[in-house]
Amino acid sequence: MDSDSEGEFEVKVELTVNGKDVTADVEDRTLLVHFLRDVADLTATNIGCDTTSCGACTVLLDGESVKSCTVLAAQADGRAVTTLEGLASDAGEMHPVQRAFHEEHGLQCGYCTPGMVMAIVSLLKENPSPTEAEVRQGLEGNICRCTGYHNIVRAALSAAASSGTGASQ
Amino acid sequence: MSILGTRVIRTEDPRLLTSGGVYVDDLREPDLAGAVRATFVRSTIAHALITGIDTSAALEAPGVVAVLTAADMTDLPTPPPPEPLPDDAPPPEGPAPMGGVWQEPLLAVDRVRFVGEPVAIVLTDAAYGGEDAAELVSVDYEPLPAVPSIEAALADESVLFPGAGTNVCVRGGRPIGDESIFEGCEIIVEGDVVNQRVAALPMEGRATAAAFKDGKLTVWTSTQNAQLARLIFTAVGLPPDAIRVVAPDVGGGFGAKIGVDREQIVVAWAAKRTGRPVRWVETRNENLMAMTQGRAQLHHIKMGGDREGHIKAYRLDVVQDSGAYSRMGGFLPMLTNLMAPGVYDIPAVEANYTAVVTNGTPIAAYRGAGRPEAAATVERVVDWYAAEAGVDSALVRRLNFIRKDQFPFVTKTGAPYDTGDYEAALDKVLAAADYNELRAEQERRIRAGETRLLGIGLASYVEITAADGAAGETAKVEVHDDGTATVYTGSSAHGQGHHTAYAMIVTEELGIPMDKIEVIHGDTDLVPDGVGTYASRSLQLGGSAVHTAAIEIKEEASKKAAELFEAAESDVVLDTATGIWHIAGDPDKSLSWSQVASAAGEGLIVANVRFTADRPTFPFGTQLSLVEVDVETGKVTLLRHVTADDAGPVLNPLLFEGQRHGGIAQGAAQALVEEILYDADGNPMTATLMDYGAITAAELPSFELLTSETPTTVNPLGVKGIGEAGTIGATPAVHNAVVDAVKHLGVRHIDMPMTPERVWTAIQKASSK
Amino acid sequence: MIPPSFTYARATSVDEAIALATEHGEDAKYLAGGQSLLPLMKLRFAAPTVLIDLGRVTELSYIRDAGTYVAVGALTRHHDVATSELLRSDIPLLAHTAEAVGDPQIRHRGTIGGSVAHADAAADLPAALLALDATFVIRGESGTRSVPAAGFFHGIFETALEPGELLTEIQVPKPATPAAWSFQKFNKRAIDFAMVGVAVQGTSVALINMGSTPLRATAVESALAAGASVADAAALAAEGTNAGSDIHASKAYREHLARVLVRRALEEASARS
Repeated sequence: MDSDSEGEFEVKVELTVNGKDVTADVEDRTLLVHFLRDVADLTATNIGCDTTSCGACTVLLDGESVKSCTVLAAQADGRAVTTLEGLASDAGEMHPVQRAFHEEHGLQCGYCTPGMVMAIVSLLKENPSPTEAEVRQGLEGNICRCTGYHNIVRAALSAAASSGTGASQ
Repeated sequence: MSILGTRVIRTEDPRLLTSGGVYVDDLREPDLAGAVRATFVRSTIAHALITGIDTSAALEAPGVVAVLTAADMTDLPTPPPPEPLPDDAPPPEGPAPMGGVWQEPLLAVDRVRFVGEPVAIVLTDAAYGGEDAAELVSVDYEPLPAVPSIEAALADESVLFPGAGTNVCVRGGRPIGDESIFEGCEIIVEGDVVNQRVAALPMEGRATAAAFKDGKLTVWTSTQNAQLARLIFTAVGLPPDAIRVVAPDVGGGFGAKIGVDREQIVVAWAAKRTGRPVRWVETRNENLMAMTQGRAQLHHIKMGGDREGHIKAYRLDVVQDSGAYSRMGGFLPMLTNLMAPGVYDIPAVEANYTAVVTNGTPIAAYRGAGRPEAAATVERVVDWYAAEAGVDSALVRRLNFIRKDQFPFVTKTGAPYDTGDYEAALDKVLAAADYNELRAEQERRIRAGETRLLGIGLASYVEITAADGAAGETAKVEVHDDGTATVYTGSSAHGQGHHTAYAMIVTEELGIPMDKIEVIHGDTDLVPDGVGTYASRSLQLGGSAVHTAAIEIKEEASKKAAELFEAAESDVVLDTATGIWHIAGDPDKSLSWSQVASAAGEGLIVANVRFTADRPTFPFGTQLSLVEVDVETGKVTLLRHVTADDAGPVLNPLLFEGQRHGGIAQGAAQALVEEILYDADGNPMTATLMDYGAITAAELPSFELLTSETPTTVNPLGVKGIGEAGTIGATPAVHNAVVDAVKHLGVRHIDMPMTPERVWTAIQKASSK
Repeated sequence: MIPPSFTYARATSVDEAIALATEHGEDAKYLAGGQSLLPLMKLRFAAPTVLIDLGRVTELSYIRDAGTYVAVGALTRHHDVATSELLRSDIPLLAHTAEAVGDPQIRHRGTIGGSVAHADAAADLPAALLALDATFVIRGESGTRSVPAAGFFHGIFETALEPGELLTEIQVPKPATPAAWSFQKFNKRAIDFAMVGVAVQGTSVALINMGSTPLRATAVESALAAGASVADAAALAAEGTNAGSDIHASKAYREHLARVLVRRALEEASARS
């Protein structure tokens, strides 16, 4: 949304993104991912497909992973969204999953990474000690073309381990 | 203590992991403020004449700034008139688009040749209005008979380029058909092997933004080489020095983003034409129809040998599907021919190729670019031959390897292999995989009548990297008066981690810490001269350039330090662990880089290098795939993947392994799940990620990577390229594993991708004999 | 990639939703989780001019023990169905089928009612609900009615729902032997729709993607009732079906898969009980 489309702003959307309130009048058909990128100006979340297949656009909606390309901004009205940019602590310290990606070389070109990281944050929240198979199954909706997933899986298991509960074999 | 060879985590990561990469669609450059969005109108039919384009309805839609077609390109230099090549002209083997009668237009003029071909460009104020407006452009087509396959192309009944009179655009290679080379062969294997069309599928599709201001064109584009892109953008009618190209963060390329494509040129032209900045980001659907694709070769093979497993002769006849426009002449199948015999010393080798055009997406480089096809086939055929002869597949390889003492070795096809130790790689993998145990378990399951059987697939491969070593790579290294360093490289990383690798090389030579080194690439204003990242060339050429520049810097600094110390240059020593200059034997006298550089002219020590290599290099390896095949359904599960990939000394194991992992996944994906399909009318059937089988973590195991480092003599670092090797070895390893699982049922070959139905059908066919 | 323009309307209750649907007529569609509808709209295969967002109709999100059956609100998300302790113990087929739908992100948004009302022939839940003999409660302008699963699915994307009607509740009888369940989803990749799938509860067998709707494998069920072995009964799995051929599988292969998967499902269900 580079500029006004006069007369087509039909819904007011107010939501919280990374703890900050963002309000705007947008076209009804505005996808949450575009709201985040163009209204909230948070461009880390990327678009990789048009069939809800790749997961690059994954963010947390009220703490749960969702594909933001398949949620209308209007559906998220009144809710809280967390993107990659909101993961690090206020003091700038990386989230355990971010740190694990760095240490385990879990990214190459970085394009799938924001979605991949958010998917894993959500996965670990629901399953703090996943097996490798559970991690792989849990990432079936996230496509990466660079890494072959090997180090992404290591990063997820490492983040689980470092969060105290330990990863199971 | 050398930093080379150690696991250094990437300097690129903190930014990518916290604020995210900045790809073309993320750019918020001042010059792009108010940029219009570009949406292409694309052909919905595979082969047709364009009899009319009506843009009037689109022009009236709200928010539409312009609707442009080929008819509007009056300001562009006219392409030369098409002329057929004389019959005795050498086949165009170079990686350049074929012009003349095969010319590809920027926007379709009077004919479309593939579904997805761009016909018009619509510029709108807002992204959301783009598709709406594009839908209003009305194009009249008069359908022509489609040429959806190689077979149809060869029949020459419907011809894409009437000026050519045929769909065959190039022929090359050596003469084939000498049957005497198979005389006396006790075992002969002959058949067709398909290397199917696949999508490059970088997670970021193609994207370009352009602004034309005060006579200068600036283009931000997702490319693997900004300098080549700049040359291509001169097509809009500007000289190179009036064009600046910037590659921001690039979300993967895999060969399909070498230079730029026709849409990017149109976007740049539209910016110049309208005076408005323009941004274009393709959708995945467009990407799966109109970004160049890979592979798409049909092989006819014949291999002959004796009963003990000695291969005597190999014939490879390649037909390359070029898609609708020949982007690379005969380059890809020429490489396939070159690498045809792989790791084997085969007494007689014949290799030939024909390239045709079809009504499909144009084919260009994709991870391996011509070499995976060679390895995929020779490795498959060696297994096929081994099965016919009743010889173990590991043994057959061992019997026919080029031996270590035979290097340097020139193959019958003219490939000059530098160094290799193929048997060692095989041995490593067999040991790590516990090969004999696997064979025993495989046997046990068959005897027990189990329905989930094991398959063990081997692939021993060799590949050619930096084939264009003569073009080399550039590096400019500067040490500043504050003791920091900047590296300007012609390499163009899109995930490979060059910034980390090149900083390691500088740290190694100069002792300047990593966090004081900045690496810059991809901006033609800052790096006007460079070649780019593809063909697994960057470390060996770009890294060698950085290495050479660093050494030049050290030499110059040494002279300056000697001046400052008032000592002999031979007494000056650089402690690379601390980055401090000393006099040998005099610990009280020391100088920092900052002090030395400050004393240099303009407070800067600079070295500017173009490193060239006179030969390519040949990494190699063996990969083993262990699969489980459910013979009741044909479903394949990948259990293990063990590899020894050797590209010489490993600079950074982290980066090295990452390239192998990614390569293996893509290689396995081609073997199992990926294929671009068209129906009989040339309509794409796999143009979304729901239909195209991109592989996910759920289908793959973790990989077992073994270390093997056989240096080359071609460059000072002794390194070869690893970027594509993983892919090249993985496809045949997985392919062979699946066929191996059911060879006892009489199956000798299954074409890729080995979908459950293909595997099951092969089992049924074999069982019914 | 971008849906055509539409008007967004929001309902906060069932009554309000139905009133909005009545007001806007045939051009309006309900939006539940949106994981099936929004992708269609983004590809421009569907273009309703009004979307009625049911996301705030919290009264339809529940899983309730009703004694002989479990009542699941239509807007209960797949994630909640999959993780429900009540369902995992009393109707594990339903919980495990919900766990197989799409991926975790899709399961956080998609709803059981949305999936049922969308009625994709390759979807997982409709077949499981068919095997479980579920009943669908429907509310419309003129009142409430119930339709058994067997009579609910009419064709691809076609159900017994009349324009404006809203699926409100799914009533799933508790099986006599909850553990006698199996869900076989056969695909090339984990994320794919079932090439063919089978849902078994006891001796009830339902097929996914063997026709334009989920189908009960009646020939198999009759054979089992008549005392046939699992192997013999499963051999009849393709009878009465009408599988399609597409880029993923041919009709003949689908029929073969149905026979293999039905056999495996029956064996697994039996082993579990």
